[in-house]
Amino acid sequence: MSDWRYRLGEHRGTLLAFAFFVLMFVIYASNHPVGFTANVVQTAANKGALLALVAMAQTFVVLTAGIDLSVGMVFVLTNCLASSIVIGSPAMVALGVVGVLLTGLVCGAINGAIVIYGRLQPIVTTIATGAIYFGIALVLRPVPGGDVDGTLSDALTGRVFGVIPTSLIALAAVVLVIWVPYRRSAIGRAAYAVGSSEVAAYMSGVPVRRAKFLAYVASGLVASIGGLFLTFITASGEASAANGGSYTLYSIAAVVLGGVSLFGGSGSAIGAIFGALMFRTIGDLLFVFDLDPLWQPLFQGLVLLAAVCLGSVRLFQIRNRLDLFE
Amino acid sequence: MGGSAAPLFQMAGVCKRYGGVRALEKADLTVEAGQIHAILGENGAGKSTLIKIMAGVVAADEGRMLLDGREVKFASPAAANQAGIVCIFQELSLVPDLSVADNISISNPPKRFGLIDRRAQRRIAEEALARAGAEDIHPLAPVKDLALSRRQMVEIAKALARNPRVLILDEATSALTAADVAKVFVVLKRLRAEGLALLYISHRMHEIAELADQCTVFRNGHNVASYRAGEKSDNEVVELMIGREYSHVFPAKPPLKPSDRPPALEVRRLAWSDRLRDISFGVRAGEVVGLGGLDGQGQRELLLALFGVLRGVSGEILIDGAPASISSPSAAKAPKIGMALIPEDRKTEGLMLPMSVSVNLSFAALDRISNRGVIDRAKERELIDHMIELLAIRTDGTNVPVGSLSGGNQQKVVIAKWLMVTPRIILLNDPTRGIDVGTKAEIYQLLRKLAATGAAILFYSTDYDELIGCCERVLVLYDGAVKRELVGDEITERALISSALNITTSGGADMASAVSA
Amino acid sequence: MNAPAPALWRKIDPAVATAFGCTILLLFLGSLYSSSFLSPEYLLQQLKVASFLGVIATGMMLVILLGQIDLSVPWVVAVGGMMSTAATGWGPTGEALAIPFGVACGICLGFANGFGVAYLRLPSMIVTLGVNAVAQGLMVVHTGGFSPQDSSSDAMRFIATGHTLLGIPNALIVWALVGGATVFLLSRTTFGRAIYGIGNRERAAYLSGVKTQRVVLFTFAIAGGLSAFGGILLAGYASKAAQAMGDAYLLPSIAAVVLGGASILGGRGSYIGTIAGVILITLLQSILSVIQMEEAGRQVIYGAVIIAMLLLYGREKVAR
Repeated sequence: MSDWRYRLGEHRGTLLAFAFFVLMFVIYASNHPVGFTANVVQTAANKGALLALVAMAQTFVVLTAGIDLSVGMVFVLTNCLASSIVIGSPAMVALGVVGVLLTGLVCGAINGAIVIYGRLQPIVTTIATGAIYFGIALVLRPVPGGDVDGTLSDALTGRVFGVIPTSLIALAAVVLVIWVPYRRSAIGRAAYAVGSSEVAAYMSGVPVRRAKFLAYVASGLVASIGGLFLTFITASGEASAANGGSYTLYSIAAVVLGGVSLFGGSGSAIGAIFGALMFRTIGDLLFVFDLDPLWQPLFQGLVLLAAVCLGSVRLFQIRNRLDLFE
Repeated sequence: MGGSAAPLFQMAGVCKRYGGVRALEKADLTVEAGQIHAILGENGAGKSTLIKIMAGVVAADEGRMLLDGREVKFASPAAANQAGIVCIFQELSLVPDLSVADNISISNPPKRFGLIDRRAQRRIAEEALARAGAEDIHPLAPVKDLALSRRQMVEIAKALARNPRVLILDEATSALTAADVAKVFVVLKRLRAEGLALLYISHRMHEIAELADQCTVFRNGHNVASYRAGEKSDNEVVELMIGREYSHVFPAKPPLKPSDRPPALEVRRLAWSDRLRDISFGVRAGEVVGLGGLDGQGQRELLLALFGVLRGVSGEILIDGAPASISSPSAAKAPKIGMALIPEDRKTEGLMLPMSVSVNLSFAALDRISNRGVIDRAKERELIDHMIELLAIRTDGTNVPVGSLSGGNQQKVVIAKWLMVTPRIILLNDPTRGIDVGTKAEIYQLLRKLAATGAAILFYSTDYDELIGCCERVLVLYDGAVKRELVGDEITERALISSALNITTSGGADMASAVSA
Repeated sequence: MNAPAPALWRKIDPAVATAFGCTILLLFLGSLYSSSFLSPEYLLQQLKVASFLGVIATGMMLVILLGQIDLSVPWVVAVGGMMSTAATGWGPTGEALAIPFGVACGICLGFANGFGVAYLRLPSMIVTLGVNAVAQGLMVVHTGGFSPQDSSSDAMRFIATGHTLLGIPNALIVWALVGGATVFLLSRTTFGRAIYGIGNRERAAYLSGVKTQRVVLFTFAIAGGLSAFGGILLAGYASKAAQAMGDAYLLPSIAAVVLGGASILGGRGSYIGTIAGVILITLLQSILSVIQMEEAGRQVIYGAVIIAMLLLYGREKVAR
């Protein structure tokens, strides 16, 4: 029985990401000046969950061998929108949440439609639509401000039983409701197939266009969940280009750290989530070691480079140089 | 042609153009249930277009397709599959990152509660693999980890899992080992008995002779003849295919002259990983040495090792008697060594398909026609024209993408590109695979001509006839080692096959039992 | 499009024609708003501003031709600006060497990019992202988090803002020199052929005996040097360097190359196309700011125009 070997191989990236995250987090928590308290975990979890959601959004598209450089802008746009409409009576709040999610969905659908039916390259397309989404965000929030429903906000960014951060539970819920069914559905597998080899997928009768389109839509949707969540944490909206840009770039970093292949076809959103949490932990490591915050960007960059370089270890095993060019 | 009842599948007056080029011209085809129908023709005769239309990959410009006498149109491969027409393509249609089981039920997975039922999917895969005679393949293995021949078996299993009524095999055996071919033939004959119609496309005449009930020959996009299997001799068939007399395919071999000079290329105790073991041989200038054996016994690795592509090769390589260290293709092609490799896959290794014919032709020789990195365009032009003429490359100008040329002409470009560096040692990795008969003959002539001008040629081929027709000596590889060296008249089909299978007998019956073992 | 698409970078392809056509259309629309859009002063001013993007986009184009991408542009540009101004502050020798020093810093970062892509076989998107972060980190440490106080050297100001004969801006001449060298590199040298070959099929290029890894390494180094040089020009133009001075150049440089008809997948594209793309984008940004469009509206129009233009001519062929 070598079943376990194959199953392990299938989830190798995800498991590695998980292991590295645990390692980083243990270093982080054990050196934390205040110690491993519920508050430390809660703050870290809230920050981590945001990037985790954006990275998860990115994963959908990356799996199809595409890339969504507008994901951070959808995140910012939905944040600005949520800071205006997720407030008031419970019914209005509910309506507002639906509106925010729909907006994300539409943004993703626009990306998908242009890439698939307009036959443009995803990189350029999403750069351009990202500019558009950011422009709309600016219209909605020329200056930072707004508010969000307090009850919902407290409920989703606090703790249950005094220890477990609700943001992590919410994240797990998103994974269970969106990712797991997607991964195990025919259309989800079609997305993997398209990312692995589009020609082979087409020849095999896989609905290539539908799979790609849905991946962009899912990306927009999950990014809007992230935007909603950001609003719950900050209780305001801000059309910040720097924020959108860095979330987009960090989402790519998280996806790679999480073992998702940028060439498509392999990896999982769960890996990307651990990649995101790992990335956040790296950023905070300097803080706990009480070093000059000035060094943080450099440290973060070096760790990121070092982490991705680990992926090159396999090169030493390659004995046929043609394998380098696949 | 067809009987009184409606045949299972029929095509009538089908035309297809690509740009200005007519790929199919009023093509007709009738396929009966319970038959294996062979399609023959040179490359560019329209066979691939024909099956692409049948399988819904491309749409016909004109003409009708009838299934059970009713007209059908396929918008996509999925639609064709649903109608019961399944194609095993020459270019593989497997998704590398997914598992074998995922691939087998990729378009129509078994579902429970709307999600894929993995257990049922695995069962389907196991059944399909068993039907194809490939139980050795694990259903959970990712396809990218499988060898080429195993992938081809998965491809066949995948087609069977779709319960086809018409099964199209396009050069489906080209990558298989001899043992697999024997298994696949058993499967195909069983399917025929079950009442399927099989369309079999192959360049291997002996396969067609063994399998086919009915044959149709295509030439220039039109079906020129249809006949019962066995009605025509091989020579007649080849004449139909190329439209002219088939003679002198293999040029005469000049007698070997004894020489005191060291061999142009000598290899001593070469080894790499567990794929190449203790290989020693020499190739003299003017000699064509063949590499034989079953596919995948280390022949490709040997050529790559010589060309500096593999890491960690042990042993000695001597060029003109002097030890040489070759660590990369650029070192191998340097004038001091003067080696060229015609690679396995012209589409991904030999050519940059979207780039022009001229850029491709001069690409390997750029350092010979440039001064401090600046290209001498006049010299480039001159050499390109010379090569196009020398190899009679049929192209619509030198600025068209090389991808627009026919397969045979593309292969000529690959060879010409390497002749531009005037190599003294030429390695060829199955250069005639998937190429039409006419171009093959031209390549044989060219090899002989190159040998006559003093090149040392090492020639791997999966086609035994080629080894017999072209080579003075053949090294038969088995499990990464040279099993036997055949010289001159020893090179016969029987000797090649028996040493390839690593058996010492001379009986056909024993061979068959070795295959099925 | 059934024209033979590839490699003939000397021939004008429909993409380039469309990009230039749109430039003229933009000027025409602008002239309806104000006649000053057609004045030589305005046009020369635009070409001068375009030169900065042009130099940066040149490096981006080389990398895109390889089938890779360089996301380290923002902070390599900043490194170029900051290191050259820092050198200026080190006294006369530093001032004299300010420009080569800034370019050298960019080349070093480019080598880091190239090493990761060519030898460690990492996706360029992630390597250049990491190098960008490292470059940012280095600059934050260097400046202590504040805006750098050093100002540009006279030479930097001269090449960025000066004029020589006939009132032609020096920046434009610099761009012309960079462009001329690039055209020569791409069309006449073995290195240029290798870039196109690798962009099309690295495996085939390697088996043809091209030292592909070295070509990739040096291409990224050149791109890094050009980005830094762009930063030096910008610092010369503004008399000093600033923290986020390169942020506004990443997306426009990619957009310019792609609008000029280059394939983002590599192997196809011409320098004339990049020129067209750079001018088009510069003009679009200028016109939007002249008509005092809000930042929000500018972003939306900017994005929409890129999409619309690409839909016009940048579409991939249909599979069937």
